[in-house]
Amino acid sequence: MAFESLSEKFQGILKKIRGQSRLTEANMEDMLKEVRIALLEADVNFKVVKQFTESVKQKAIGEQVYLKVNPSQMVVKIVHDELTELLGSGDSELKFEKNKPTIILLVGLQGTGKTTSAGKLALLMKKKLNKKVLLAAGDVYRPAAIDQLSQIGAQIQVPVFTMGTDVSPVEIAKKAKEKAYNEHFDVLIIDTAGRLQIDETLMKELNDITDAVQPTETLLLVDAMSGQDAINVATAFHSALSLTGIIMSKLDGDARGGSALSIKHLTGVPIKFAGTGEKLSDLDQFHPDRMADRILGMGDVVTLVEKVKEEIDEKEAAREANKMLEGKFTLDDLIVQMKRIQRMGSLGGLLRLIPGMPKITEEQKEAGEKEMRTMEAIVNSMTPYERKHPEVLKNSRKVRIAKGCGKTNADINRLLKKFEQMQEMMKKMQQYKKTGRMPPGMNLPGGGIGAM
Amino acid sequence: MGLFKFLKEKFSKKQDEETKVYVEGMSKSREHFANKLDELSKRYKEVNQEYFEQLEEILIEADVGVSLTLRLIEEVINESKEQGIKEPKQINELVVEKMFVGYAEKGDIINEVQFVKDGPTVLLVAGVNGVGKTTSIAKLAYRYISQGKKVKLCAADTFRAGATEQLTIWANRLGCEIVVGKTNSDPASVAYDAAYQAKRDGTDLLIVDTAGRLQNKINLMNELAKISRVISKEIPNAPHEAFLIIDATTGQNGVIQAKQFLDCIKLTGIVITKMDGTSKGGIILAIRDELGVPVRFIGLGEKMTDLEEFDLDKYLYGLCLGGKIDE
Repeated sequence: MAFESLSEKFQGILKKIRGQSRLTEANMEDMLKEVRIALLEADVNFKVVKQFTESVKQKAIGEQVYLKVNPSQMVVKIVHDELTELLGSGDSELKFEKNKPTIILLVGLQGTGKTTSAGKLALLMKKKLNKKVLLAAGDVYRPAAIDQLSQIGAQIQVPVFTMGTDVSPVEIAKKAKEKAYNEHFDVLIIDTAGRLQIDETLMKELNDITDAVQPTETLLLVDAMSGQDAINVATAFHSALSLTGIIMSKLDGDARGGSALSIKHLTGVPIKFAGTGEKLSDLDQFHPDRMADRILGMGDVVTLVEKVKEEIDEKEAAREANKMLEGKFTLDDLIVQMKRIQRMGSLGGLLRLIPGMPKITEEQKEAGEKEMRTMEAIVNSMTPYERKHPEVLKNSRKVRIAKGCGKTNADINRLLKKFEQMQEMMKKMQQYKKTGRMPPGMNLPGGGIGAM
Repeated sequence: MGLFKFLKEKFSKKQDEETKVYVEGMSKSREHFANKLDELSKRYKEVNQEYFEQLEEILIEADVGVSLTLRLIEEVINESKEQGIKEPKQINELVVEKMFVGYAEKGDIINEVQFVKDGPTVLLVAGVNGVGKTTSIAKLAYRYISQGKKVKLCAADTFRAGATEQLTIWANRLGCEIVVGKTNSDPASVAYDAAYQAKRDGTDLLIVDTAGRLQNKINLMNELAKISRVISKEIPNAPHEAFLIIDATTGQNGVIQAKQFLDCIKLTGIVITKMDGTSKGGIILAIRDELGVPVRFIGLGEKMTDLEEFDLDKYLYGLCLGGKIDE
C-alpha cells in the first residue's frame, strides 16, 4: 500500500545497521541521510523531515544508543516512536451530536475525492453505526456532480438532498439542515465543490456555509498522491474553516502519502479516515499508531482482524469452523471461504496487513487472485454431489468439468491437490484442538498465496 | 549564463496575451518559488554549504523530485567551483538554466495535437482519479473546434458515477458530438463504436475519455491497453496521440504514474492541470528527466479557454521571474 516503499526503505536501512555490530556516529549519519531521502521521496514535507531526523538523532544520542548491545532494535524503536508521534497519537474518532443531527462538511481541492468519500462515509455510518444518513449535493459548479452523488446515493440506498444547480450552496446547506432536523436524521453529510484555497470567493462561500449550518465536523480531503504543496493547502483551509479532521483519499495507490503525515504534524488536524479502494465500502478508520507499525513493516494485524470480524457473521463462522474441524469440509466450503476473502477486499490488500509478508509483488497478488477465480470457475462447473465427494472425480468427469469451465485437467488436479492439503491441515488442527499443541510443520497448503 | 537575460529580453518588451495568461495563472506558484529564490540570494553574500542546502529545499518544495534535485545541486556545486562563481544570484540563475537545458535537450518540443493526413486523428486521454481528465478534454475539444476541426468525444469512463453525464454536458456546451455507452459496459466497446463512427462521418479529431485509474491496479491498466488496442483495430496506428493528465499538486508519485502509463499505452505527452493553484508542478521536470515525456498543454483554470500550450520559456519565466522584470 502507500507506505510500502517507505517501509521497504526503512527495512533496508535497518538491515544495514543490523549487519554492523555497533552503531557508530558515522553509520548513524548514514542512516539519517537515508531516512531523509526516503521521507522526502514519500512527499513528507521537508520541514517535517528535518525535525524528524533531528529528533531521531537527539533521542539516539540521549539514550546512549551507541553503547547498547543491540543498537538496531533501539533505532527501530526510536524511529517507530517518532513516526507514531508524526502521525499523531491516539485514535481519531468522529464526534457525534447527542440530540440533534451531526453535520459533516466535506471540503477540499478539485479531484481529491469529496463526492466519492461522501458516499463512502454515508455507507460506513449506515452500515457500521446504524445511523440514519442524509447526503446533500452542494457542488453546483462541476458538471454532473449532483448526478454523481445521486447515483452513489441510490447505490447505497441513502437519500440525497438536491436543489439543482441554480441555487447557492449556502441555501442548499441550510435547507438540507432543515430537512435533517425535521425528519430526524442522525447524520447530514454535505458535499461541496472542489476549490483552490486561494479562491477568495469560493472560500467565503465555505465560510458562509459553516456559519449557516455550524457543522460538527469539517473534514478536508487530501489526496495521498499530493506533493509538498499539500501543507499550504491544508493550512489555508484550516485557518479559514477550523478543520476537525482529514480524510486521506486514494491510499490504495502506490503513493506513499507522506504529505498527509506532514499536515497532521504541522497543523495538528488529525487524520480520521483513509480511502482504500474504488468500492464504496473502501473507507477505513485511520489509526496512526498502526500506520507507524506498517511503515516499519511490522504489519497491521489489528486492522486485519477487524476487517475479518466485520465481514463474517460470527455464528456462521463458528458453525463452519466446527464443520471444518470435524473433517466435513467440502469444495463448496472452500469456495465460500474464498468468496468471503474476496468480499473483504482484494487479496493483495489483505496480505499487506499480515506481518512478515511485505514483499509481495503486484504480479504475485494478481496471480493469487486469478487463481482464486479459476478455482471458483472449476467448482461451479461441478455437480453438487461432486462438490461433496471430490473423490469420485475420475478422468471422464474431469474432462466434462474442464469443458464446462474452460480450464484444463491440470487446473482441476491442482485444485484437488490443494483441497486435500487443506483437509489434511484440518485434521491436524483437530489434533491440535484435542492436545492443545501445535503439530509440527503446519503450514498453509501449498505454502503461498496461490494456494489460498 | 544569461538565461534570465534571455527570458527577460524575450518577454519584457511586449507581453503577448499568452504570456500574460501564464504570468497571471502562475502568480501564486511564483510567489513562493521566485520569492524564496530571491530572498535566499539576498541573505547570503557568498554561497556556502548551507546555501546549497537551502537551495535544495526550495527545489524539493517545488516537487522537482528528490533525485533530480540532488543531481542538479551537485552539478551546480561542481560548476560553480570550476568557474569560481560565488555570487548567490548567479548560482540561482545557474540552477534555473540547468532545469531549462535539462528539459530542452531531452528532445523536440511539439505542443499541438499532430493530425494525420487521412481519416480521423484519435487522442486517448488517461490518468489517475481526480486529475481533471474530463475538464481537460473539454478544453482540448474547444481548442480544436475553434480551429475549425470536427471534433467527436467518446465517453469511455463507464465506471464512475456521473462521468458520462459530465462529458455529455460539456459536449452540449461545445456543440460537438459524443458517443456514450451504458453504465458499467465495457469501455473498449464504447471506444470501438466511437472509432467506427469517426471513421465514417468525417471526424477530424476523436477524443477518448477514460476512467481514472491508479497505476498500480493491473486490471484497470490492462483495460486501458485494451481500449487502445481496440481503437487501432478500427483505425490503424490509432490512437495517434495519448495524453496523460497530471495534477500539479502531485508529488513524487507523478514519475511512477507516468512510467506505468507509458508501459501501458504509447504516451505522447502530458497535460498538467490545476497550475492556477499554489503548486509548482515541478514533477513535470522529473518526469521529463526520467522518462522523456514532454508536457504539451497546461491547465490554468476552470473555464473552457483556460488551456495553454506548454512553453518551457514561459513556464520558467512564470515560475521564476514573471512580474519581477524591473528589478
